[in-house]
This record gives sequence, C-alpha cells and structure tokens, in this order.
Amino acid sequence: MEFTLFLIRRILWSLLVLFGLSIVIFVIARAMPGDPARLALGPRASAEQVTQLREELGLNKPLVQQYVLYMEGLAEGDLGKSLLTRRPVNDDIRETFPATFELVLSTITIAFFLGVPLGVLASRFKDRWPDNAVRFVSILAAVTPSFFLALLLQILAGYVLHILPTTGRLPHNIGFVADMTGLVTVDALLRGRFDVFLEAWRYLLLPSIALMAATMGQIARITRSSMIDVSSQDYIEASRAFGVPEPVRLFKYMLRPSFVPPLTIMGLEFASLIGNAFVVELVFAWPGMAAYGVRTILQKDLNAVMGVVIVSGVFFVVVNLVIDALVGFVDPRVRIRGRRA
Amino acid sequence: MSESLLSIRGLNVQFSAYGRSQQVLHDVSLDVPAHSQVALVGESGSGKTVTMKAIMGLLRDPPARILSGEIRYEGRDLLKLPPRERKKLNGTEMSMVFQDPMSSLNPVFTIADQLGTILKYADRRLGRSRSGRERMARVLEVLAQVRMRDPERVAASYPVMLSGGMRQRVLIAMALLSEPKLLIADEPGTALDVTTQAQILKLLKDLVADRGLALLMITHNLGVVRETSDYVYVMNKGVVVEHAPAAELFSAPREDYTRSLIAAVPRLTGGMRFGSAGARV
Repeated sequence: MEFTLFLIRRILWSLLVLFGLSIVIFVIARAMPGDPARLALGPRASAEQVTQLREELGLNKPLVQQYVLYMEGLAEGDLGKSLLTRRPVNDDIRETFPATFELVLSTITIAFFLGVPLGVLASRFKDRWPDNAVRFVSILAAVTPSFFLALLLQILAGYVLHILPTTGRLPHNIGFVADMTGLVTVDALLRGRFDVFLEAWRYLLLPSIALMAATMGQIARITRSSMIDVSSQDYIEASRAFGVPEPVRLFKYMLRPSFVPPLTIMGLEFASLIGNAFVVELVFAWPGMAAYGVRTILQKDLNAVMGVVIVSGVFFVVVNLVIDALVGFVDPRVRIRGRRA
Repeated sequence: MSESLLSIRGLNVQFSAYGRSQQVLHDVSLDVPAHSQVALVGESGSGKTVTMKAIMGLLRDPPARILSGEIRYEGRDLLKLPPRERKKLNGTEMSMVFQDPMSSLNPVFTIADQLGTILKYADRRLGRSRSGRERMARVLEVLAQVRMRDPERVAASYPVMLSGGMRQRVLIAMALLSEPKLLIADEPGTALDVTTQAQILKLLKDLVADRGLALLMITHNLGVVRETSDYVYVMNKGVVVEHAPAAELFSAPREDYTRSLIAAVPRLTGGMRFGSAGARV
C-alpha cells in the first residue's frame, strides 16, 4: 500500500523530469550548428533538394510547432524516422538497445560481485597489505580510461593470447537470432542453446571488463569506507562482546548497514553507462545504442538523437526507482521514515 | 573472604600509538563476589571502561597491551585461557549491558533477528542446540522478563521503531539471553532521561536480585551507585584510589577525590551542595 503510493508519486515525478529533458534536448539538438537536411543529403545535393527535405521534416516550421508534432508522435510511441539509417528510429533502438543493455548489465554484475568483496576485504584488513592492494587496484581501475583498457584487452586477449574474440556479439555463422528479449545470453538459455550461451559470454567478457573497471573501483572504495564507518559503531562492538563469530559480523552485521552507498553508486553507474558505453562499443564493434547515439549526433539526425536520449532517460528513471526500492529493502530506517513523512 | 566470582589482581594496561605509549591502568585490583552488586566509579578517562573491556576481552591489541596482572573468573585466569575457551564465556557466563540504547542495536535487523543470532552462536559455543522456534520462544521469554508489555511486537520491530527506554530494556534482555552469572553494566540509561533511567535501574536491580546474579556496575554517577550497589571501587587516573562498602563510602569518604565525586551528584531535593555554607541547615 505505502509502496504503491511511493511508486505512483515517484512515477509522476519522473514523467515531469522526462518532459523537461525532452524540451531541453529538443532545443539543444536544433540549436547545434549544421543543417540536418544538408548533412543527410551530402555536399552534392542541390539547394532545392535540401529545401524539400527540410519541408518534409518540418524544419521550416516554428520550434514550438515542431515540438508539438514530435510529442504527438511520441505519445503514440512513434519516435520518427532516422535520416542516418533511413529507417524508423523505433526499429533502430529496438535493435541496438538490447545489445547495450546486455553489455551494461554484465558490466554492473561483474563490477558488483568483484567490488563489494574487495571492499569488505580491504576494510577487514584496514591499513595492512590487502587493504593497500585493494586501494591501489581500485584507484588504478578508476583512473584508467576505458578506451585504453579496451585496446589493451583486445591486443592481449585477442592478438597475443588468442583466447577471446575481439569484435561483435556473436560469430556470423552461428545462426542464432535473439528474438525474444534481445539479450543473446538470456535468449540462448530460453531456447536451450547452451553452446550459444557460452559463446555469447566469450564475446561479452572483454567489453564488460573494459567497461567494468572504473565502476568496480568505485564500488570497492565506497564499500570499504562505508564498512570502516560501520565497524566503529557501538552495535558492532556489542556483537563482538556477545561472541557473534567474525564472518557473521562482517557479512551480516556490518555489510548490510554499509550497503546503501555502494547500491546508490551502482544505480548511478548503471544508468550512466548506457550512454557512456560508446567508446567500448566502438572499439569492440558492439552493435549497441550508445555507439548509435554518437553516430546520430555527429550526423545531426534529430529524431534519432531524441529517441536515444529519451530511451536513456526512461532507463535512468526506472533503474533509480529499482535502486530506491532496494535501498528501502536493505535499510528499514529509510522505509520507516518514509512512512512517517 | 570467600572466593570471588570475578577477581582482578594487579592489572596493568598500556596503550600505544604512533610510537608513544601511555599506561592507563596501574595495578588495578578488584573483586566481585558471587551474588553481589559492585560498582566501579570514576570520571571519564579514569580507566573504568578499559577495565571493563579487559574483563570482557574486548581490548584490541594493538593499540592496547596488557602488561601484567590476572583476571580470574571462577578461579580461572581469563588472560591465560586459549582464545576459544575465552570466547565461550562471553554472553554466556558473563554478559554486558551496553550503555547507549540509541547506538548499541543494529539498525537494519529486527530485535528478534539480533537476539536470535546472539543466542544461536552462544548455544553453539556451549555445544547446545535449539530449533529456530525454541530460540524464538526464549527471545520472547526474555523480552517479557524485562517487562515488555508486547514481546511479539517488540521482537518484530526494528530499533528505530522503539523508544530509548524500550531499546535499553532490549539491551538488558540481550545480556540475559543465556542466563549469565555475571552482568557487567556500562552506565546503563545514561543516554536516557532521568525518569526512564530510574526505571531501568530499578528493573536491573530487580532482575539481578531475582536471579542472584553478580553485577559489576560501571558508572560516573554516584547517585546510580547508591541505588544499585553494596560495594564501591573508586578509580582515578587508572588507579583504584578507594574501595569500601557503599554505606561506608558515602558516610565517610577517605579520599578527596571521592568527596568531590559525591559533591558532584546532582540533588533533586533543593538546597546547596555538601560542604557549602547553606548545607548545614
């Protein structure tokens, strides 16, 4: 009941935020220098052709009218046509979004399951060598640019060791189409193609690692400092005095109260990676939405840019909603205070 | 004098950090006979908390180091026990009532979960076993013993849902879970208002009396001592400066320090402090 109310309130707020976002991006995209029609038709098109396309696209209408027209389409779920691919933006996004989503999902999962234990380890051995090692690795991971790491991994694993594929999502000859969820790993499992599942992971691994490093470093550092804060609390001393064994203390009594900061970071990273994955997507020729978004921005493909931004925005909102619900689950104080407020 | 339940002899403890060290306990000796209520009194920094932590085996080395002395519990020197044997005693033979009800309970687990976990591992250390349901029954029983009107509701609550006084009673329940013989209370109720504190002290006193427990009360407040203890040790700067039966200590304090502590007790009856002109009415 309370949760439903909370959810409704959050969704209404999110719609407002998305509405604001759509206006800002709409204006910015049109204020950028360059003529979309000219860019789409190339330098050799005649002035008449360009004018004709501008009229087709409605670019000669007042800005407000253009926006209303766009929003009318959006209300029906139509994101318009891409000038770059000459296809509906809906189709482009339906094709590229799952690839990015799968990449980011595996990235975050790996980052989380490496980062949190590393943070716990570091806090347990504070100022001793395991802590120093974790701190060194996480700082290094946080400052290494993803493109550098991507190239390094590609050279190492692909060209020197020949153990992992370096480009694409699946081999061309495998004859598998992810037509259910769009996530190759999930679809492969749903269709019982375990071979495809493993193959898909081989392709996912390198880009995920390249993309994961910074996030893992962040999560490890946040978990460490959060755990250290909690470890000096009276209730931890109390559990020690009552003889609760150390593993229980560490992973139950300390980790759960420390969990909110890493969880929050994870949500923010999850959402921002959707847009920021493009460098890694370009290096690994990963057919994702982030790379698509960058291509369309460079081409001033207005509808596609709007489409990518809106989908990312919705995704951001949804992820944060999920994270908020998780935070409430992990920390009852948040739940109870919310109820009183 | 009969063999004490807890007996400390010549305890010397030193803290070191950044290459400097400071001795914080000098030759501390004290006795807690079975079924008796003993108070250890002193101002902040007098060494009473370090003494308590040494008894409970909570001192971290480093920075703390026990230089010499012995802490005997039922004749066995706790400092010489193997760690496994030492750990068996915590929460089972001797338990602590923690000071601050606001910070001594884990905010993200229910009371039932926290008490249940403590009981589970206490049982395990003692080689007993209890089913989840039996554990829960024991938790509710103890909550009822600390005069919770609705033990089920309290057990299902998170600490934030309880008042300070209720949380303090939960902390007492925590200490009673495995029926210890010695209760060490670290200024219970200091964080509460005066009325609630008085209730808590009364409850503690009754529980100790009913069960015939030994109580070591650590406090800076002589008013609390008068309420709860038969015998008093006064500590200052890491040294036990005076010890005497409570009545004797209050009527004829020998040390200036004790006198100043007695003078510092706020009195609710009005008038002036001891020793000032207006007091001799």
